[in-house]
Amino acid sequence: MPLKKTGPLGLWLAIGWVGFVLIPWYAQSRGLFDPGWLLAWDRQSTAPGLQQALLHGRLWLLPLVLPLAAPSLLLGRRQDTPAAANLLIVCGALGTLYCLGQGFLITHRGWGFEVLEAWFGPLGVRQFGIGGGASLTLLAFLMLFAQGIAAKGAVNGDRFVVGSITLIVVLVAAFIFFPVGRILTGALQGPDGGLAPMLFVERFLDNRIWGLGCLTGGPRCGVAWNTLTLALATGAGTTLLGLAFALVVTRTAFPAKRALRALTILPIITPPFVVSLAIILLFGRSGTVTQFFAELMGIDGGRWIYGFWGVWLAQVLSFTPIAFLVMIGVVEGVSPSLEEASQTLRASRWQTFTTVSLPLMRPGLANAFLLGFIESMADFGNPLVLGGNFQVLSTEIFFAIVGAQHDPGRAAMLAIVLLAFTLMAFWAQQQWLGRKQYTGVSGKGDAGMPTPLPTPLEWTAYAITVPWAVFTAVMYSMILFGGFVEIWGRDHSFTLRHYQDAFGVTQGAFGLVWSGTAWNSFTTTLWIAFVSAIPTALIGLLTAWLLTRQQFGGKAAFEFGTMLSFAIPGTVIGVAYIIAFNVPPIEITGTGIILILAFVFRNMPVGVRAGIATLAQLDKSLDEASLTHRATTLQTVRLILMPLMKPAMLAALVYSFVSAMTAISAVIFLVSARYELATTYILNRVEAGAFGIAIAYSSVLIVVMLVVIAIFQLVIGERRLGRRGAAAPSGFAGAGR
Amino acid sequence: MTDVTVRFANVTKAFGEIVAVKDVSFAIRKGHLVTLLGPSGCGKTTTLRMIAGLELPTSGRVHIGERDVTNLPATDRDVAMVFQSYALFPHMTVLENVGYGLRVSGRPKREIRERAEQALDLVGLVHLRSRLPSELSGGQQQRVAVARAVVLEPEVLLFDEPLSNLDAKLRRRVREEIRELQQRLGLTAVYVTHDQAEALAISDRIVVMNNAVIAQIGEPRELYEAPADRFVADFIGDANVVEVTISATDGAVAEVVIGNAVRRLPHRGLGPGPAHLAIRPEGIVLAGDATEAAIGGRIKRASYLGSHVEYDIETPLGELFVTDRDVNRIHAVGDDIGLDLGTHGVTLVRV
Repeated sequence: MPLKKTGPLGLWLAIGWVGFVLIPWYAQSRGLFDPGWLLAWDRQSTAPGLQQALLHGRLWLLPLVLPLAAPSLLLGRRQDTPAAANLLIVCGALGTLYCLGQGFLITHRGWGFEVLEAWFGPLGVRQFGIGGGASLTLLAFLMLFAQGIAAKGAVNGDRFVVGSITLIVVLVAAFIFFPVGRILTGALQGPDGGLAPMLFVERFLDNRIWGLGCLTGGPRCGVAWNTLTLALATGAGTTLLGLAFALVVTRTAFPAKRALRALTILPIITPPFVVSLAIILLFGRSGTVTQFFAELMGIDGGRWIYGFWGVWLAQVLSFTPIAFLVMIGVVEGVSPSLEEASQTLRASRWQTFTTVSLPLMRPGLANAFLLGFIESMADFGNPLVLGGNFQVLSTEIFFAIVGAQHDPGRAAMLAIVLLAFTLMAFWAQQQWLGRKQYTGVSGKGDAGMPTPLPTPLEWTAYAITVPWAVFTAVMYSMILFGGFVEIWGRDHSFTLRHYQDAFGVTQGAFGLVWSGTAWNSFTTTLWIAFVSAIPTALIGLLTAWLLTRQQFGGKAAFEFGTMLSFAIPGTVIGVAYIIAFNVPPIEITGTGIILILAFVFRNMPVGVRAGIATLAQLDKSLDEASLTHRATTLQTVRLILMPLMKPAMLAALVYSFVSAMTAISAVIFLVSARYELATTYILNRVEAGAFGIAIAYSSVLIVVMLVVIAIFQLVIGERRLGRRGAAAPSGFAGAGR
Repeated sequence: MTDVTVRFANVTKAFGEIVAVKDVSFAIRKGHLVTLLGPSGCGKTTTLRMIAGLELPTSGRVHIGERDVTNLPATDRDVAMVFQSYALFPHMTVLENVGYGLRVSGRPKREIRERAEQALDLVGLVHLRSRLPSELSGGQQQRVAVARAVVLEPEVLLFDEPLSNLDAKLRRRVREEIRELQQRLGLTAVYVTHDQAEALAISDRIVVMNNAVIAQIGEPRELYEAPADRFVADFIGDANVVEVTISATDGAVAEVVIGNAVRRLPHRGLGPGPAHLAIRPEGIVLAGDATEAAIGGRIKRASYLGSHVEYDIETPLGELFVTDRDVNRIHAVGDDIGLDLGTHGVTLVRV
């Protein structure tokens, strides 16, 4: 009989104590990896928690000793007795709540609430944002709590599972719900910081949001209507195109299917603005097409591209591949044997398509439409570049923060409206359609040839897809060529000037000098994208595993919470982060950490979906076989699931890496002089009219991302599954980069 | 009670509103192979998973050996399980699969290798040790899964419908191998199946379950020849259940009126009055003359199956299903025929 494996209680206690007495309690201005804080307990800024309490007058930290010390009583004893479980729960919960409570009550200004100051008098010392020490201590308390819950018998007493759930819940609460919640309070605040509910109502009913002036001959409609109209048009356009592409690829003998399929990777590797830039190069005032028609017919093209139609065109170009990807799955999910059954019952091809295939695709079509709708709502780059006087919510939020008006309250209000729209669409998708997607595809036992399309439909599909594909190809080649000409539309002589400006390397007195102006943002981007990809994949896959393999109370809420950030537009996250994380207890604006956190929690749903898709293909009996052969849950995850989930890991890693590299909407609020990213650099170039260098930089990013994807493929390797290969779920797009 | 390996005491398992296993008690003797048999949804798999520790009971106690394991998860129980889907780890070789349980228990590498090879030898697959599971046939995969479980020398070996994914011929062979191995190594095994022929063939004892409760526990022969109730009679083999009248009881014997005849049968606790009689298809003898036989009937359907003939016969007692070994004389549909009861395969049952 094997001994019951002892719990990791000692480990968590040790971590808690290390955090409390060895590592600086507060955030370090030079980062935790600068060793200046080592053993420097005498300094206010670098002292760990215990020393802060004893030496620096922060006596309120002292009570934390109790919940950290009490669980030591259980070391070396059974922890699954009710008394032990209760002790762990109480210590964990008290420690956690006390840590959080003191963080919110005592801030950088002394007392966090005026009431407290009135009661207790002014406070001599203040607090900074929490640092490594406080985080470790907090983590230890959370895990003590989880151990207690597990010892009570929750989830079959599995400590690993309970600990994982606790950790993910707290992370999601801290980095999604807390900041988004702060937007709400932000919108309720007046200019002086006080509560102003009337101002909230006034802001909400603002004519600039809901006005219908354009219908009655006025100059413009409210920004909310603009956004909705655009999203509906984009959703319709991308869904139709996506369906046409999917039909051509899966149901016809079209010769260049592989080339068409390659389109699906484009939205993943395309930096924002690229599509808009290409459209300007083609249809702008000095664009190729505009000039061609100007010469031919003597008409001035004008500025029609800057407005609704330009943004719509750019969005349809950008998001059609996403709809394409969704629709491939949908069309392939229609069982060929159903179509064969229809034909043997004497239906013609056309009747089969309209009465069997199309109705079966309906949920998928609606799903693709909603995806396009959400993407369009959340899109920031295209409306910023091409919008002109046509404003949408995401750009208005941006201008409310950075523009001359600087009105965070209005930004928060706009963010709430935008969030409400996307959440409604997301909710509709989840409730009504989301689940139907998985049931359509069964892995086995469905032989039969897909029925060819009716001839008129086939030719319609060709007529739509071929020109569109050519158009897309032309655009991307414009980007590649555009970087090599002096000034597009005026001076087409060849030059490497743009590349030299951005990525020049010169020989200096002390070796190579990275003199190009883009190097700083480029290396920062690569580094941050890489660092954020790993936790994204790990947290995402862990969540997927919890969702598919474990049963626990509140699972539906857990699932919704973890998938929610998929529906939160990047601009909203950006505004939420600067509002929430500018002051203690979490004070991280201007750091690289805030960028990493933003990426991790924005891209997490992708990891979750990739994981769920892969786990659905792994029989649950594999886990059970491992458990009944005496492996612990942790061993099962490490030895069985992790190796088998490599493709999902790859998908999550690659996706979160490239989407971090191409993100703009959230991070534009979060970048700082020290941590500038590629996309914000490009945006600045675009705003300055330096298209050449913007295009050159974009081409470099595209190439880098292609290379990175290839390298990831090699490093992660193929699964050793012999012939039983399961397809890795391919890319997912998040809302609004 | 040292020879009892698994004991369930009043075990109930509920999933929300649904009760999958209701107040089930039984004991399994060391070295026995016990089958949990029943239709799908009867609770047999949940029972097995509670032995494994993959589900924990809602109430009641579970003992394995001397220990109360009621709240112990699978990892900490001395069991091993063979799954319907084989559940071989696709990224590990055959040898790595078999050595997995030893590896996670922290045994030295050398021991893992030796014992895994011994176990593979037991199932005759040692030559395939470096293959991946996907390169094996279904039967080979299931033998590997058996080896992977046996290598741990568990107190209880669990089988969850291990043969359902195999074709009919292979199924018989693998089941014989499993039985032979279990007896040779003296292992205690619990085996879930819905196939009554499989259960009869390999079990020391059978636990028949229906609707979350135990319908009957007994040796194969006992279940077939003395089913406790109508459900067991019908589920184990085929049975015609007809309504009869017990005219009198005398000691252990009841006089039963069946059609025109009176038969003396063990009364099995039933008193005079209406009763049910389970008659096996081979328990009815076809007589030439309809008028002299116990029951008169008319052939409704006749199917030739090579080794025997199957008849559906319309009688005053209802339609009877009869098998007849005499394939040289096949009665035609529409013929009148007399039926007598044989010496075997006729028993009174509770409803």
